[in-house]
Amino acid sequence: MCLAVPGRIISIEDGDPLLRSGRVDFGGVVKRVNLAYVPEARIDDYVLVHVGFAISTVDEVEARQVFRYLQQMGELAELEASEGAP
Amino acid sequence: MKYLDEYRDSEAAAGYARALARITTRPWTLMEVCGGQTHSIVKFGVDELLPEAVTLVHGPGCPVCVTPLELIEKALEIASRPGVIFCSFGDMLRVPGHAKDLLTVKAEGGDVRIVYSPLDAVAIARQHPDRQVVFFAVGFETTAPANAMAVFQADAQGIDNFSLLVSHVLVPPAMEAILSSSLNRVQGFLAAGHVCTVMGYTEYEPIASKYNVPIVVTGFEPLDLLQGVYLCVKQLEEGRAVVENQYARAVRREGNRPAQDLVRQVFRVVPRKWRGVGEIPRSGLGLQERFGRFDAEARFGVAARAVEEPAECISGLVLQGLKKPHECPAFATRCTPERPLGATMVSSEGACAAYYRYRRMKPVELTHGVPA
Repeated sequence: MCLAVPGRIISIEDGDPLLRSGRVDFGGVVKRVNLAYVPEARIDDYVLVHVGFAISTVDEVEARQVFRYLQQMGELAELEASEGAP
Repeated sequence: MKYLDEYRDSEAAAGYARALARITTRPWTLMEVCGGQTHSIVKFGVDELLPEAVTLVHGPGCPVCVTPLELIEKALEIASRPGVIFCSFGDMLRVPGHAKDLLTVKAEGGDVRIVYSPLDAVAIARQHPDRQVVFFAVGFETTAPANAMAVFQADAQGIDNFSLLVSHVLVPPAMEAILSSSLNRVQGFLAAGHVCTVMGYTEYEPIASKYNVPIVVTGFEPLDLLQGVYLCVKQLEEGRAVVENQYARAVRREGNRPAQDLVRQVFRVVPRKWRGVGEIPRSGLGLQERFGRFDAEARFGVAARAVEEPAECISGLVLQGLKKPHECPAFATRCTPERPLGATMVSSEGACAAYYRYRRMKPVELTHGVPA
């Protein structure tokens, strides 16, 4: 129920802030999404989408921390492959 | 897909499993709160990567599962009325009421529609001004901003033939109910990532210190869950109990302020009954008085009713982490996703359905001769 899927904003229609919406690309599937709750989001940003609403932008730097933490714990050898992954 | 696939990397998962094994010196029981996390744990076998000493129990975070039977009955009654278009997320259609479910109502000629978003229901109301359009608003804090927006837009656009059957529940009061139970065995929590995306995590800080329990805000992918477990066990081993944020790519401490603002305008905190658990004070949302005309219960005058839950169903114990699904004698025998006794077997995020789908175990009790 609380599923939220990350996708990339490919267009934004501004106007009434509560009706602000845009098109979001989920790995090839494009859907119209309400962007009222992510006023800071811009085209090419990744947002987490739940029942047609973006509820958060994805922080690119924080997105790597799960791998950085592993590196700091000395699981480095196993890390290199995933750290280089797109 | 970006921001999904990389968090399923098996080498990195093995790294977390090794690190966890190194720091674990004694048994610990953790609870993942959200049904989405339960689904992911069982689907990817995350629990099988953990040291034997670390046990994950599954929490109450499946809104479909905790919606009380009374509300299902109200939904069935409203959906059966002529002139009504009853809209719902797909999960709710197969939740059994006393005699039938919403799918049966649809088969009997009721206009029951699955929608992807509550805004779809508002659009249907706009297209059918001569019909009453009701949206079954179930969900946790994650879904509340979407439902708040639906009401707000219907109000602003004068769409008066739209209403909500509200069954909104809140996570922190349920965690406190579990922690204050004399039967509690949960020593640390993986808090529900997307609930915290909306609400932030300041409300968990007093819970962590009051009950001396570590709470780690955790995402939904295997690496998120493994890191969440690692951080939680590390706190337990070090004798700490604070709130940490594993899911910082999506969760900020203060949460999503614009979303919280609209939720507060449209909803107020009310007591709610949780299926299998009972009433928990201040654990749900109801419509603010200003938006009271969008309340389907009032609009359709559906009286309060008491409905007995199936005596054989132990979903209340499962939802509190006191029993695992396969410990139920009815599991996979008299209770299956096709013929569910309770909601935890219905929703794809219900612990029983997840165990049934990914891990069909023989019920342990059967070997001890529990009568069928």
